[in-house]
Amino acid sequence: MDFSLFLHYGPSLLSGLGVTILCWAAGAALGIVAGFVIALLRRLPIPPLRWLLRALVEIVRGTPFLVQLYLLYDGGPAIGLRLADIPTGILALGIYGSAYFAEIFRAGFESVPPGQIEAALSLGMSPGAILWRIRLPTMLVAIVPSLTNMLIILSKEVVVLSVIAVPELMYQVQSMAAETFAAFETILALALLYWLMVELVSHLGRVAEHRVTAFMGAA
Amino acid sequence: MKLQAALDALPYLLSAAGTTLWISLAGIALGQVLGGAVLLCRASRSRALRRAAAVYVSFFRGVPLLVQLLLVYYFLPYVGIDVPPLVAAIGTLGLASGAYVSEIFRGSLNAIPRGQAEAALALGFSSVSVWLHILLPQMLRISTPALVNELILLLKASSLISVVGVTELTRTSHTFAASTYRPFEVYITAALIYLAMNLTLAAFGALLERRLAVAG
Repeated sequence: MDFSLFLHYGPSLLSGLGVTILCWAAGAALGIVAGFVIALLRRLPIPPLRWLLRALVEIVRGTPFLVQLYLLYDGGPAIGLRLADIPTGILALGIYGSAYFAEIFRAGFESVPPGQIEAALSLGMSPGAILWRIRLPTMLVAIVPSLTNMLIILSKEVVVLSVIAVPELMYQVQSMAAETFAAFETILALALLYWLMVELVSHLGRVAEHRVTAFMGAA
Repeated sequence: MKLQAALDALPYLLSAAGTTLWISLAGIALGQVLGGAVLLCRASRSRALRRAAAVYVSFFRGVPLLVQLLLVYYFLPYVGIDVPPLVAAIGTLGLASGAYVSEIFRGSLNAIPRGQAEAALALGFSSVSVWLHILLPQMLRISTPALVNELILLLKASSLISVVGVTELTRTSHTFAASTYRPFEVYITAALIYLAMNLTLAAFGALLERRLAVAG
């Protein structure tokens, strides 16, 4: 095939990459914040709230992302939720991610030795200070690998948004494939690019893991 | 919300869920064979084989499944192989899960103390019988929970094959949602069916885990 085609499609591929990164970053941010709130709320001594949140997490984790996306995109308007394609994609990624992040944070909270909390309480630290200065830094060490892993999973789910015509990278590559009749080569290029990105992110994750562990070791 | 719309679609969705289930089972069966083969390559003395296995695992874990599906979907005609979309889809699911399963196998192999294989070799076991009688039975027991988990992930991932035109649960609900104009009810029903399948599998996995647990 003619590789100058990639040059010709450069602008649309770049904008696709931009949308991919936007959806990924915004979806992940939404998922992390919502997941953290869910994990915090699940620690409250209110049984019905805990059951409800647990059920929500199980439902989201037990159903395919594609079905959740269709539900939001096709079913949303039926219950009065009308969003443009990119916000729909970000919201879907955020909801999907929040269930997994909530579980990661829950495990993180459980990994903090109770003795540390008791020590902080006996030193007169406020609950806010304990959360910020004891729980969070300690659990971060335990959860960095799972967080990186989930971020990688989310980055791969972004391509599914092409199904509802979010103009991310996969969508742009598919239109390019359809117009140039060079479907295999373009998809292969996308696969290689993704492979590179995922390897890069997992490398960064290992660096972060190293830094966090070193920081905690020094402290 | 109209319950009737969901009830009308239910029989069709349930029969499509059967398709989803057997496709996922076929995918994980293929994945186990490939995962086992990859593990043997990784444990082999040949450097090229070890390298190839590592690249395979890294590629199939690093590329989104939807991209893999389209890659296979376009690759086969490119090299002149004509197979039905269903076969290509199961093949891709198998290739993808093979990468994950090989990692599960590797983890369970590492969990078996090295001394066992060494002791067996010292007692005159051949390397084949070390695998058959010492390592594989224990690996199977150790990896069962992770394999059931992988099957659940695969069952959810199989929804993506609807995009390349295989009629399974997601594809059927998409068709129903479009023709009945009741997307909300239809997708909720589909989601509940997926959930029911996954919870059943998880319960089955927990049962197996208890059954296979060694006393003491």
